Amino acid sequence: MSVETLAAEHVSAAPTKEEIVAWVTNSTNEVFATMLGMEATAVDHFVEEPGKGLSMGVIGIIGLVGDWTGTAVVNCSSPLACQIASTLFMSEYASVTDEVLDAIAEMTNMIIGNLKNHLEARLGQMGLSIPAVVFGRNFATRRSGKESWYVMNFSVNGEKFEVQLCLAPNQNGVLTGSGVPRIMSIA
Amino acid sequence: MAMDVLIVDDSAAIRKILQRVLRQTEMPIGNIHEAGDGVEALAMLATNKVGLVLSDINMPNMDGLEFLSKLKADAANKDVPVIMITTEGNQNKVMEAVNLGASGYVRKPFTTEQIKEKLTGLV
Repeated sequence: MSVETLAAEHVSAAPTKEEIVAWVTNSTNEVFATMLGMEATAVDHFVEEPGKGLSMGVIGIIGLVGDWTGTAVVNCSSPLACQIASTLFMSEYASVTDEVLDAIAEMTNMIIGNLKNHLEARLGQMGLSIPAVVFGRNFATRRSGKESWYVMNFSVNGEKFEVQLCLAPNQNGVLTGSGVPRIMSIA
Repeated sequence: MAMDVLIVDDSAAIRKILQRVLRQTEMPIGNIHEAGDGVEALAMLATNKVGLVLSDINMPNMDGLEFLSKLKADAANKDVPVIMITTEGNQNKVMEAVNLGASGYVRKPFTTEQIKEKLTGLV
């Protein structure tokens, strides 16, 4: 099979922006409703170019690996992270502790794990990396590579909850030959 | 008589959530042991008798399917009911777990009621 044919197949398999938004919205809503009894209301969505990334808050990062690879990022404020942990663990968290970070890591895992099931139906089998969580303020992150990022914002109890996703084909190095992760954190 | 339970998941958060859910049931639960993967779980079972196992499928070192296979091959533990709890969407893996002897499975995200329902009749 020629490189051109492989490239054409990758392009035709690529999910549309509307599909990505629908799958992320569905996955986020399901996890919030089922695990937390909370409503995550979709607010807006847009596409961002690579470059400067997030600079504050609680950030969960997870990689997707398969014929298509990518990185997903979940971001929320520390008060919302504490609310999520308090509800998940039925304990009160007033500040960001290791347990709060564990809660956000698992939220990242569940939301993107759920999204992975949608993606696999189109893009073939994928694996998820172990999630990592960053917390702080006034730090710099940078999205490497050249792929665009889908950014989807939700409102949860009046606080912002954001999901970002970058995807690219990876078969035999055709097209981007991208690797994960696509976000780099600098303290 | 209270029954000990083993939770196997590489996520500390899921282990904590499942502990909370188990304590909320009205079942006679004794000690709840935790393991982060199949290797730790088998080591735990070598020295502790449990009446129920809740296990993830996708884990590092030894995944839930290999753990389940080894548990069912162990005469001392082969009759212990095992519920798989996973985000895995691949139906083949879930069916493999059932074929290996899992008593059932629950998909993440889950509600407390779904876990309780799955445990009813098992213990």
